[in-house]
Amino acid sequence: MNINMTLIGQTIAFAIFVWFCIKYVWPPISNALHERQKKIADGLDAASRATRDLELAQERAEQTLRESKEQATQILEQANKRSAQMIEEARDQARAEGERLVANARAEIEQEINRAKDELRAQVSHLAIVGAERVLEASVDEKAHRDLLNKLAAEL
Amino acid sequence: MAADNEVSAIYYIQHHLQNLTFGKHPENGWSLASTSAEASEMGFWAIHLDTMGWSIGMGALFLWLFHKAGKTATAGVPSGLQNAVEMVIEFIENLTRSTFHGKNKHIAPIALTLFMWILLMNSLKIIPVDYFPELFGKLGFEYMKIVPTTDVNATLGMAFGVFLMILYYSIKVKGAGGFAKELSLTPFNHWSLIPFNLVLEIVGLIVKPISLGLRLFGNMFAGEVIFILIALLPFWAIWLLDVPWAIFHILVVSLQAFIFTTLSIVYLSAAHEHH
Repeated sequence: MNINMTLIGQTIAFAIFVWFCIKYVWPPISNALHERQKKIADGLDAASRATRDLELAQERAEQTLRESKEQATQILEQANKRSAQMIEEARDQARAEGERLVANARAEIEQEINRAKDELRAQVSHLAIVGAERVLEASVDEKAHRDLLNKLAAEL
Repeated sequence: MAADNEVSAIYYIQHHLQNLTFGKHPENGWSLASTSAEASEMGFWAIHLDTMGWSIGMGALFLWLFHKAGKTATAGVPSGLQNAVEMVIEFIENLTRSTFHGKNKHIAPIALTLFMWILLMNSLKIIPVDYFPELFGKLGFEYMKIVPTTDVNATLGMAFGVFLMILYYSIKVKGAGGFAKELSLTPFNHWSLIPFNLVLEIVGLIVKPISLGLRLFGNMFAGEVIFILIALLPFWAIWLLDVPWAIFHILVVSLQAFIFTTLSIVYLSAAHEHH
């Protein structure tokens, strides 16, 4: 248990080891450790960011879906309304057309009837005159009685 | 017979506690000491070859291992050696962060060197006490004490290194004047009490490395003596005591390394603080 130069030797060895450790051993390992720490922290950050993004995207998708659904119902409603309107319009048009046709036909018929009546009247008056001529033979002056006969024919 | 046994036991113990000393003997000149008496006659100008050899070997082993891990260290997924090394580094980093309050990035590597070196030197203790003395005896060396921390020179040497660092950082941080002021004007800030303060502070300063070195030495030396005493038992009884003692020493080995390291950091931290 003698104190001797070993003490000094040990101190020198210690100093050399410390120097070597500070210079060559500690920095690379410590750097690698810190780099990894940073990497992991970044990774965790990115993961949480991605989760948040995913949530946002889901929300957006949901919203879009909801909107498009709404739009679809709106469009459908509009189409239904439009078709009902079109049917109504078509019906109205058809009715108007029919009425017009019926009116035309009626007018024509009326015209026809009138013409027939006129013709008939003319013929009747002619017949009457002819008949009367036959009955009376020459006693009747056609000229003198034409007005009278015409009046008669108009009354028929 | 009993006396014979006693004598051989004493011889055995002394033999196992004697370092392989090389030095200048008053009569034999520069030579290896062949007896304990010769070793002590050599005085200060002698060196314990076994202590120096094993401690430098352990230090080199530590540096080689960690340097090897450091060369291939990546920020990717670590494996094998890098894992183990990083565990130690992280442990030391946390220890330094919680104990050291200054700003000095050299403290952590200093602590790492102390911790790993002392741990490895202490670990030599787990090797049965007779192996290396026998082996080196066959090679012609009279003595071989392989655990450097059971040599008071080694522990005081390291403590002395820490002491020098305390002085260096005290002067570097506070300046020579600041350090002198701290020594002379604390704890009593009055000029008439300067001598009293000086005595108090210098004793306090010097006690630090001495307690540091002697604590480690005392624990390791006592453990070693117990191992040697156990080795004197009949061969069938040795393991009964040796195994529990060795298991207990796994704790002591790391605990003493930890204590030495922590106290060194505390002392260095104090050296960085202004009062």
